[in-house]
Order: sequence, then structure tokens, then C-alpha cells
Amino acid sequence: MASLLGGAVGPVPALTGGQLIDRLEAANLLGRGGAGFPVGRKWRAVAERGQGRAVVLANGAEGEPLSAKDRTLMAARPHLVIDGAVLAADAVGAPDIIFYVGAAHHAAEAAVRQALGQRSNQLKQRVRVVPAPAGYVTGEESSAVHFINGGDARPTTTPPRPFERGVDGRPTLVQNVETLAMAALIARGDVGKTGLVTVSGSIRNPGVKEIDFESTLGDVATAAGGLARAPQAVLLGGYFGGWAPIDEVWALPIEPQSLRARGLTFACGVVHFLAEDACGVEATARIMAYLASQSARQCGPCVFGLSAIGECLRRLAARSPQVSDLDRLTTWSGQLEGRGACKHPDGAAGLLRSALGVFADDFEAHQQRRCLRRQPARPAMVQPLAAVA
Amino acid sequence: MAEQLQVDRIRCDGHGLCAELLPEMITLDDWGFPIVRSGAIPARLSEHAQQAVNACPVLALRLARASH
Repeated sequence: MASLLGGAVGPVPALTGGQLIDRLEAANLLGRGGAGFPVGRKWRAVAERGQGRAVVLANGAEGEPLSAKDRTLMAARPHLVIDGAVLAADAVGAPDIIFYVGAAHHAAEAAVRQALGQRSNQLKQRVRVVPAPAGYVTGEESSAVHFINGGDARPTTTPPRPFERGVDGRPTLVQNVETLAMAALIARGDVGKTGLVTVSGSIRNPGVKEIDFESTLGDVATAAGGLARAPQAVLLGGYFGGWAPIDEVWALPIEPQSLRARGLTFACGVVHFLAEDACGVEATARIMAYLASQSARQCGPCVFGLSAIGECLRRLAARSPQVSDLDRLTTWSGQLEGRGACKHPDGAAGLLRSALGVFADDFEAHQQRRCLRRQPARPAMVQPLAAVA
Repeated sequence: MAEQLQVDRIRCDGHGLCAELLPEMITLDDWGFPIVRSGAIPARLSEHAQQAVNACPVLALRLARASH
């Protein structure tokens, strides 16, 4: 049986767009770019508005620092991604297809271009490859559309959303490349229950793995060579995701909907293990400094809020906080949602809230200028894996 | 027809006039940017809401038909 990263695939069977969308819905395929939106519903929305002049934008910008799965997939299986984009284009009535590939992802871009070179002239005339500028928000769907329309790769005010008015003002399906590849497998009869994860942190063999959605987080660690050090927490879903205590999630299936039911997120498939002796306050401060630096600097709550949160976290991580830094963080973490043109502030606030919960003791200690993880006299403590399994 | 407030977050410069004119529904964060209560505007506040919309120097606040 073929999978995303390996195995021979046969020709794409003849399906009408409607039949394919029915299959995607039966497989309950959710987008793999981060938001997890139901794919069938999205394709229907574009098909209804497209009237034969829609656009498909295959999104391989992959700006998430902890994710490498999209570039890995494009480099390894460009034809599968292209199949998915063509199927999507036929299903939604799109004469034009754009591959939006992170400009730094050279191997991925080269593989996509080479694979396109092997396709029919008819297809070549429908397709362009557009390098996506580096940055966290350049792959956000309205950013991508704005850039392709000649603007800068920053989010625009919505509505209209791209499925209403996108590239050249036409209804545009913006879909992550892994989602498209999975659609191409589902068209061939696959059940669509595997996904790509990028595993990092305290793990022996980090990198991109294809996992069965019934796998537990423990299975994911095993697939990545096993844990390097005993972990205390895991970051699920990347910088827009959230921290979870390791013992609460170790035995959970990684399947997106089961995670969501517990208030966790699979998002783009990032799994980052934080070792027991690492400090969650410091790790969160580093992430937030990055997210603040990646604000598109258009919306006040994001520009000022994220930089203030980043500064607050920097002081706390350095154990030199101002008197009420922790209180301020708590307040701000609840104020950012829905207050940007895009979801950048929402994502950052969600990550911060999860950190304040999971690392509550560490934050309290840092507010008192101490660190629970880095006390010189503290004896080494090794937690047996059995304790968390 | 029930209406709700919408802020164009890219346009908004945090002048804060809206919160002055409609404190029942709009407060300001620590940097002067509006935090808007979601949901339909109560009828008794609709005139004040319209004034807040009119007062925005960058036309970032608007009334939209309440969703759902």
C-alpha cells in the first residue's frame, strides 16, 4: 500500500469532482497546514463560486521553524503533490494552479519543477511555481494570495477570504501540499489515516516521519528512535500549538480530532519533546521572541502585545522579572484572540496560555528569581520511562 | 436588524475614541487598542455605537450585520 512518503502509486482513477469530494468527506480529511479545516467542505465552497475560473494554490511555504514535512514531501514525492493539485483543480473548476514553495526549500522547489517538466504540455501551461518569501506569516493564506497578486507577503483584512476572492480576484483554493498529496492517495482508494509529523527536541532520531493516526505519542517517539532524555512536556502543533504535560498525552492517539477533543492540536504535525531538566519558561521565551519578530507589524494588538509578551518572558526567563510580570502575562494571554487581521496573535496567545498552565510552577519560581530546573545543588534526577508510559 | 461591531485591525491605529464613546462595549488594552465585546449591539446602545463608528479617524470601526 502506498503512503505519503513511499510505495508505488498507480494511475489516478477516473472520478468526477463530486465523487472525489464525496470520498474526501467520507475519509474525513482535514487540512494538514495547521488550521485543520475539513477539506471536502473547502473544495465545495470554491467549486460553488468558481464557475470554471477558480485558482488552486498549493501551499508549500512551510514557515514553521519546527516543521520540515512539507519540504520533505515535495522533495520525495513531487508527483503525488502535483496529482493532488490537478485533482483539486479539476474538482473545483480551476484552470490555473500555483505551487507556492518556500524560497529556502531548494530541494523541494527543484523536485517540483523537475516533476512538472515530466508532465504534459497541457498541464505545464496551467501551472506556475512561485517561491514564497521566508517568514512565519508568508504562508498564511491571505498573505500568499496578496504576494501572488503583486503585494507583499503580509495578511490582508478578511473577509473576503481567498475562497471568495483570491488570486486575480478569483475564488482560490489555498491548500497545504500534504493535504493535496493525501487527496491524491484517497482518490486511489487510500483511507487517509496517516500523516506526516516532524519530531524534534529530546529524541534520538529527529526528523520527518509518516505515522498512522492510531499511533500514540509514545509510538511517535519510538518511530523517532526513542527519547534521548526523560521528557517533561511536549509541544504539539508547533509555535501556534500548545504545550502538554508528557504523562497526560503519552498514551493518547495522535489523530487530529482526538487531540482536538482534549483541547490539544495536531496542527501541522510538529512534535517537540522538552527534556525534564530543560526549562519550559526559557523554551517558551525563545518561541515568543521569534513569534514577536515575525509579526507582520500591521495590527496594534499583535505589534505591541507580542513584543511586550516577549519582553516579559525574556525577563522571567533571565530570572530578573519586574514585580508583576507573571500577572501581566496572564492578563495579556487572554486579550489577544481575534484581534489581528490574521491568526498570528491568536496562535501566540494560545501557546502562552498552554505554557502558563503546564509550566505553572516554573513560572512562579522564575517570578521569585529562581529556576526549578537549573539549581546548581539539585541532584540529577532521571525519570524512568515506565513512569510516563 | 441586529448589528455588531467590526474592527479593521490593519487600519486601526489605536486612537481610542471608540472606547470613549462606547465604553459599555469597547475597552482598550495596555497599548490603547480596542477590545470589543462580541455579539449584537443592544438597541439602547445603537446610537452610541453609530457615534463611535463615525468618530474613528481612520474608518477602522464599522457596523456589520450580526452573524448567527
